[in-house]
Amino acid sequence: MATPGATLPRAADGTREIPHTVSPGLWTLAWRRLRADRVGMVSLVIVFAFVVMMILSGLGLVAKDWSREAGVNYAPPSFVGADVEAGTPAAPAAPESAVPAGEYKSSIVDPLADVIAELKGAKPAAAPAPSAPSEGKSVDPLADVMADIRASKGSGAAAPAPAEARAATLPFGGDKWGRDVIAKTIKGSETSIFVGIASALVATALGTLFGAVAGYYGRWVDDAFNWFYSVFNAIPYLLLVLAVAAVLQQKGMLTIILILGLTGWTGVFRLIRAEYLKHKSREYVQAADAIGASNARRMFVHIFPNVSHVVLVQLSILVVGFIKAEVILSFLGFGVPVDVVSWGSMLNEAQNELILGKWWQLVAATVAMATLVTAFSLFTDALRDALDPKLKGLKGH
Amino acid sequence: MRPESSKPAGEPLIQVRDLRVKFRLGGEATFEAVKGVSFDIPEDSTVALVGESGSGKSVTALAILGLLPPENSIVDPASRILFGGRNLVGLPARAMRDLRGADISMIFQEPMTSLNPVFTVGYQLTEVLRLHRGLSAAAARRRAVELLDEVGIPEPKRRIDAYPSQMSGGQQQRVMIAMAIACEPKLLIADEPTTALDVTIQKQILELIADLKRRHRMSVLFITHDLAVVGEIADHVVVMRQGEVREQGTAKAIFESPGDAYTKALLMCRPALDRRPMRLPVIDDFMGGRGPQHIEERARGLAASDSVILDVKDLGKSFQVREGLFGRREFKAVADVSFALRRGRTLGLVGESGSGKTTVGLTLMRLHQATTGQALFDGKDILSMSERAFMPYKRRIQIIFQNPYASLNPRFTVGQILTEPLAIHGIGANAQERTDHVFELLGKVGLPDVSFYKYPHEFSGGQRQRIAIARCLTLKPDILICDESVSALDVSVQAQVLNLLQDLQDEFGLSYLFISHDLAVVKYISDEVMVMNEGRVVEIADADTIYRNPREPYTQRLLSAIPKGWHAAA
Repeated sequence: MATPGATLPRAADGTREIPHTVSPGLWTLAWRRLRADRVGMVSLVIVFAFVVMMILSGLGLVAKDWSREAGVNYAPPSFVGADVEAGTPAAPAAPESAVPAGEYKSSIVDPLADVIAELKGAKPAAAPAPSAPSEGKSVDPLADVMADIRASKGSGAAAPAPAEARAATLPFGGDKWGRDVIAKTIKGSETSIFVGIASALVATALGTLFGAVAGYYGRWVDDAFNWFYSVFNAIPYLLLVLAVAAVLQQKGMLTIILILGLTGWTGVFRLIRAEYLKHKSREYVQAADAIGASNARRMFVHIFPNVSHVVLVQLSILVVGFIKAEVILSFLGFGVPVDVVSWGSMLNEAQNELILGKWWQLVAATVAMATLVTAFSLFTDALRDALDPKLKGLKGH
Repeated sequence: MRPESSKPAGEPLIQVRDLRVKFRLGGEATFEAVKGVSFDIPEDSTVALVGESGSGKSVTALAILGLLPPENSIVDPASRILFGGRNLVGLPARAMRDLRGADISMIFQEPMTSLNPVFTVGYQLTEVLRLHRGLSAAAARRRAVELLDEVGIPEPKRRIDAYPSQMSGGQQQRVMIAMAIACEPKLLIADEPTTALDVTIQKQILELIADLKRRHRMSVLFITHDLAVVGEIADHVVVMRQGEVREQGTAKAIFESPGDAYTKALLMCRPALDRRPMRLPVIDDFMGGRGPQHIEERARGLAASDSVILDVKDLGKSFQVREGLFGRREFKAVADVSFALRRGRTLGLVGESGSGKTTVGLTLMRLHQATTGQALFDGKDILSMSERAFMPYKRRIQIIFQNPYASLNPRFTVGQILTEPLAIHGIGANAQERTDHVFELLGKVGLPDVSFYKYPHEFSGGQRQRIAIARCLTLKPDILICDESVSALDVSVQAQVLNLLQDLQDEFGLSYLFISHDLAVVKYISDEVMVMNEGRVVEIADADTIYRNPREPYTQRLLSAIPKGWHAAA
């Protein structure tokens, strides 16, 4: 940030050097206002921490071995203590059985009991199915369901590797396979935050481009975009998501980014269109026309910097919305494939676990998501105030 | 219009003593807007508060009414505003509210924004009566009709149910006045009540206020920047600058023997109809004690030898107005406009709002597409040629807009604003050459070199208009269209910008199309004057001829409405 009052000589090639102070531009002023906003700064630090965590995890520096089965199945959090009824946790008693038998006795209403029994019954005939999709890693959370299917066919299941020296408790508990919930949450953030930011970028870029073109050119261009928008908006959101998913024919991070990006641009479009409508008749744009600036130049060099704060705030709002959307879609099973961990798929797993009284995966994913979303929302508010100080004035002191 | 005050000098209606108002700027910083102002408003008289923007005149009025925003303004508790023996400073909000509307009321500059658009004028008028007078609905309505009649609204019984948008600007201001006098206040505060209105409407409103004042025996505090208006209506004048009273006295004293240098400057800066000095005097001439320079008369008018640079024939512009779902109606903003602009001369284009004068300017720039007609520039019709073919001509016709706050991109530095046209038209071999050229132009329009690195918001209105002028000059145009280019500026700044335009014309031989509603300014700057009304040309003639002997009735009416200031009334 340029300090006001600092005198900078002009470039060395200059025929004359004029001592001058660098006037703070809009972004500098906004940053100063943001800096003064305590809540905004705290939120920014939290968001920043999450993003750093996501990047480190993506680089494999953190939570690299999240898929290692570090604890016993459903290892409780350390502060709760080992599950006594589950028997000696260090008992990898039955190497031929993936699931300690005692585990399920603790729960009275176990909807999966039948499945397990069947699974066990089928065990002797077990042979690794050649069609096992687990790509060398036995991390498939749906394994039990698939096992069920295979068991009914009598073909048996690919059981997780026998546990060796697995801990009885983990810092915040373990999941069904004994994987550390904290590591899993961190790994999940990679998907959730990346999907949120990437799809928000796609949606904002689309909305801004469409809005700019529609608002700037007006007339039939605007009409065409408005019809398109209205038709698009008339279809229920989830239906649209399903339709796009069906067209793309595959599950994956890229798919969900495209789904959210292609369906989420409408709000940005409305706002940016209105901004362009307002700005295109402003005198500074007419003045740009008068000096011979082309349409593209007027749209993106002249008007865009004047609406960029709206775009930025919309982007920020969309990131929050899309992190939540990814979680919901994954929870419903329309999201990332089962072998990719995200907060949504964690919540999906937690659905069944909750019946067993295993609450820690649910809490871990929820706390992580709620913290990020709250911090991001507060940051968005602070950002809006910083970019448009007039709004703050209206609220009074 | 100015009845001699026969009333014995008793207790004044309002005594303002040592009024000080500060504004919080955020943090500990404050700005002192009014610095110890004292004046009296005698009963049954008109006091004018005169000053340029930032003089604190409106803040003073708002302080009397107790309407300053409490969250960021501080009225010094030691200041006193005495009204009927009561000090209004520090009066509880409830008592102040009872006073407002009943004893003191106010009309504002913009009637369009002061009336609530979703209620009929009758509703808004009866609301005042029922609130303050406790009248029944029927009685309030009867009284409202009387009031509308009194302020000169035709067919008041029918118009009472009209919405503000169905009335003209002048009628809206009349409704505002009706609301203000509804409870027979002792003091009417009028804050620039005619600034947003056309000159013929202004005249009617001023007459109405003077008439009401006489009939209701009330006092008027008239706030304005326009000394010509003051000369017509005020008994006492208070001249303010930067929060201080520079001079006060009777209108006669102020206009005939001003004591303060600033008052003298204000009186001299404004172009007058009967003088045309080589350069307009500016504030600095007086404040520096030098007195006006170059006051010898400038000769205006066309010579037979002047060649035509732009020949406009039968120019027309229609807009398609949407009506209902599918209906369309053609609205002719400009029709059959023909004129010739001569090289190195100024053609003044005057008319009231809605006369189509701005549309003519924008159409010639091709910022609007002309519907009919031709504009021959060097023998070529610039209205019908392709966008590509127009580019070299675009450089040669430039426009200066009215509002220097809106015509500069706030996200560009002045350097970027001024180098952009050069880059677009490929003027100058490289960035360095362009930069040097821009520095030269900054000097030419009287701005320091450091301006290059600053943003528009760091400049005052007059400086911004200089930047806008410099932007036009970058392209070395032949024709400059000035669309109300000085109308939004303070009187003293207006004089500076007019001088700059004159200097540039003398130096570069520019031809100006000078569009304005301000007849005195047009008279000063123009060689030839064209009067427009409802999209058509009414009259076109030499500047001196048209002001001395207007042929058309419309022109006569327009010219007779110009406030003549003190001289005419004396």
